[in-house]
Parts: sequence; structure tokens; C-alpha cells
Amino acid sequence: MNSTNPSNAKQTPVYEVCDVTYRYRQVTALDHLYLTVGAGRRVALLGANGSGKSTLLRILNGLSFPDKGMVNFCGEPLTEEKLQDDGFGLDFHCRVGLVFQNPDVQLFSATVFDEVAFGPLQLRWPHAKIRQSISEILEMMEIAHLKERSPHHLSMGEKKRVALASVLVLDPEILLLDEPTAALDPKSESHIIDFLVQSKGRGKTIVTTTHDLGILEDIADDTFVFQGGRIVAGGPPSEILSNVALLKETSLLHSHLHIHKSGEVHTHPHLHQHKE
Amino acid sequence: MANRIPRGRGFLERTTASFVDALEHTFYAEETAGADGLLQRIHPRVKLLGILALIVPAAAARSFKVIGSLFILAVLLAALSQVSFGVLLKRVWIAVLLFTGVIAFPAPFVTEGRVIGRLPWLGWTFTSQGLVSAGYLVLRVETATTLCVLLVLTTPWINVLKALRVLRVPVVMVTILGMTYRYVFLMLETAHDMFESRRSRMVGELTGSERRRVAAASAGVLMSKTFDLSSDVYLAMQSRGFRGEVYLLDESRMQRFDWIILAGFTLVSATAFWWGR
Repeated sequence: MNSTNPSNAKQTPVYEVCDVTYRYRQVTALDHLYLTVGAGRRVALLGANGSGKSTLLRILNGLSFPDKGMVNFCGEPLTEEKLQDDGFGLDFHCRVGLVFQNPDVQLFSATVFDEVAFGPLQLRWPHAKIRQSISEILEMMEIAHLKERSPHHLSMGEKKRVALASVLVLDPEILLLDEPTAALDPKSESHIIDFLVQSKGRGKTIVTTTHDLGILEDIADDTFVFQGGRIVAGGPPSEILSNVALLKETSLLHSHLHIHKSGEVHTHPHLHQHKE
Repeated sequence: MANRIPRGRGFLERTTASFVDALEHTFYAEETAGADGLLQRIHPRVKLLGILALIVPAAAARSFKVIGSLFILAVLLAALSQVSFGVLLKRVWIAVLLFTGVIAFPAPFVTEGRVIGRLPWLGWTFTSQGLVSAGYLVLRVETATTLCVLLVLTTPWINVLKALRVLRVPVVMVTILGMTYRYVFLMLETAHDMFESRRSRMVGELTGSERRRVAAASAGVLMSKTFDLSSDVYLAMQSRGFRGEVYLLDESRMQRFDWIILAGFTLVSATAFWWGR
């Protein structure tokens, strides 16, 4: 499956995932997976829970390594040995940022300021530059007032924004977002979506996992549908969203019982539709 | 928080209430640390050094006047820092008196010296030297604990940890303590939710063996969650460039006011040393 923009066809893809298999003991999370992510593309990985999306993000971030197959990053194999090298490892983590699904995992520092400072400090940025960058990113994410707060005092929406800020402060070329809008209230959700929409045209490559069909067309140029650790379909969001049979088969379509005014009770699927 | 549950209402209720109590204590401390008081305005490093400078003469002085004066100074600082006397009385003074009292209790009866009285019925004699020793112990501990509690109640915990750097505590230690502080709340909330959910599905009292089983099962689940969380946190650190070294960026800077206060603490400490020789 390929997400390379036709206009950048000759450019080396950011990621090439070739025949990757990954297992958690007896459970196969990724099963002979192929995927190419082109530079500057916004890619959505769509799939039900347990379909392997988060595992793939961890592999793309160099936190896990495939049992079989290989991943190329900007044309070079992404291996454990390579990432152990300080020069390559630090450069890679500066260029690729991962925002975890559970912000409590990511917010391990005692205050929001320390959290956002963690990455730049690891990359040995000068302290003046760190202060400047933190100040800018906190303003941009509208969380400057939370600077001295402890993460356990924040709401889920605030935690997600801090988690995003802690990665964005490094200004990565590639952003990997694991379910960025999961478990958010509508206001916090729209804040994250606004960021993803605004990031279009800034040249960043963004890979987002989600099972929220409603936001797909806003946050992605290309969509890949996951099922059982494999990609079963790929294409522009509009094409995927119009394939109701595929969405039903991959458990992505929301449907539940309805009681109509006439008293009739039946089930039908829901799909967010954009009006032109 | 309103769901305090009286003792004797059952194991799950008491456990849940103790979680709530623990959180309540912390919230009180954080609230006081944010108040507009004298100690809150002082730089954490100065506060740490200053409080230490007062504790040392309180522990070393051989005069009730000196230790008493330092205790009064601590009470004065509490008043100027909006720390409630009720909280100090309940959480520090009475608790310390009971705890240290148990340790000091035998001293009047076993210390040799001038006998000044006899316990009715038991007939045990007590000496003035023994009473003085017990008095010193209790007053020293009361003073030192009050000062320590003032530091903790008027300073956000993370700032206390960062201030420890002035005593050459390694960065890695400060970071680990900070992370522990951060995740203790998450685990406390998780444990609280686990007990609440069990309580919501229960009718009647648990027997002793059932309580032990619930406690063991909950501890096991919590431990497993802790392991999962710790490995995920490590990955999250790695993903932002962690390679085994930790660094700190301390934003706060000492002002002229802090230097004046530090000089004040030093002066008081030196005077107490000289007076209490």
C-alpha cells in the first residue's frame, strides 16, 4: 500500500514497511504488512481496537522491532543497532515524534513545564532556546496557564494537549499520533482536529491512528484500513468512507438500535457525511 | 471530599476512605503551597537551607529556652504563611507527642538523679533529670517536625525536590522521586476506582478470609498495571530521546529578598547555636 503523493513520486518515502510481522507471544499483531508513507503526507490508519495500528506506530517510532520483515526510514533500514548509536538515535527522535494514546504514559514529569522540557533537554539544546521553545509551544497549544501544574491535576483534554506539546516542542518532521481524539470532550477534540487540519501544507508527515470516521476527511490525505494486523484497503478518505461494505466488515461502522416516532425499532449504520 | 467513612464499616469502605484521605492530605498541602504567605514567597532553596539551619540548633541545644524559642519561631512562621494551627495540632503536635511520648515515657523512671515524685499505685519513682531528658526529646522532635512540615506545606513538592540539588542530591534521584510522586496519584486513583467498583457490586460484610483474598487480588492487579505502565513510560521516555541520562532545567532564580531571608535564617541559627551551647 502506498501513500506517496504523485507530485513527490521521485522523492524517497519517509517510511517503507516491507513484509513486517510482529507478535505479542501467541498473538499476531502485524501480519506480513506492507506500507509506504510519502513525505509531507497526512496518513490515517483506520481500524477497530486490536487491529495492529498502535503496534505499527511503535515500530515506526523505533520503540519496537519487527519479528520478520523490515522498515526503512528515509531509505535506510531502521534497526535496533542503528538506534543505539547516539548520533542516529538522537537525530531520529528529534525528527520523529510519537504521541501516545494514553497521555498518562507520556506525562511522566512532575509539572507541565518539566514535561515539555524533557525532550529538548535530552537533545542537549541550549537552555535559552529550550525556554523560548517551551514558551512558544505552550502559547500555541493554549496551555501556558498550566505551566506549573502537575499532570494529575489536568483534565483528559488538557493532558492530551500537553502530550502533543511535549512532542511538538521538538518540531519533528514526522508526527505519529495514536488515537489523538479518543476519550475527549467535544471542545478538546475540536482543538486537536484544528491542529491536524492546520498542519496541512506545513510539510509535516503525519500518521494518525483512529477509528473515528467523522474526522477522517479533515485529518488525512490517505487512509489505510487495518484488520487482523493486515492492511485490507487503502485510498483517499472519501473513497474509503463510501465503501460501506468494507467499513462494516472491518467493524468500523457505528450502528445501534433506533426507536422511531412510529414505534418501529431497527438498526442501521451511521456514517458522518460532509456536505459540499 | 465528603465520602469519609467511619471506622468499623468494613474493609472495603475503610480502604476506600483511606485512599480519599491520602488524596485529601495532598490537596491540602498543594492548596497551602499556593497561598500568599511569607514562606511561600521564599525561594525553595533558601527555605530548605533555612529550615535545616533552624533544625540543627534545635536538635543540638541544651536549653529549653532556645528550643522553645525556635518552636515559637516555627509557630510564628506558620501563622505568617497561612498554615492552619488546627492542621498542625492534629497532624503534627498531637501525633508527635503521642509517638515521641511513648519513646520518652521510660526516661523519667530509668534515669538516675534526684527523685522528685512517685507514681500512685505503681510506686515507681521519677527523677528530675529523667523528666528533663524526656522534655528535651519531645520538644526537639516537635520543633524539628513542625519546621519540616512547614517546608512541605508551603512548597510544591517538585520544588522541594529540585531544591535538594543544592545539597548535591543527584539529578537522577530528584527525577525518580518526581516521577514517583507523579505516578503515586495515578496508582492511588486506580486503586480507589478498583475498590469503589467492587464496593458498588457488594452487599453485606466480607469475612476475614474474603478480605485477605480481595486485598491480595487487588495488590496483584495493581502490581501488574504498574509493570505495564512502567514499561510504557520507559518507551515514552525513549521516544523523546532518553538515553539513560536525565537533565533538569530549574526555572527559578533567587532574588534579593531571598538572599536577605537566607542571611536572616543564618543569623537566627548562629544565635541559637551560641545561646544553646
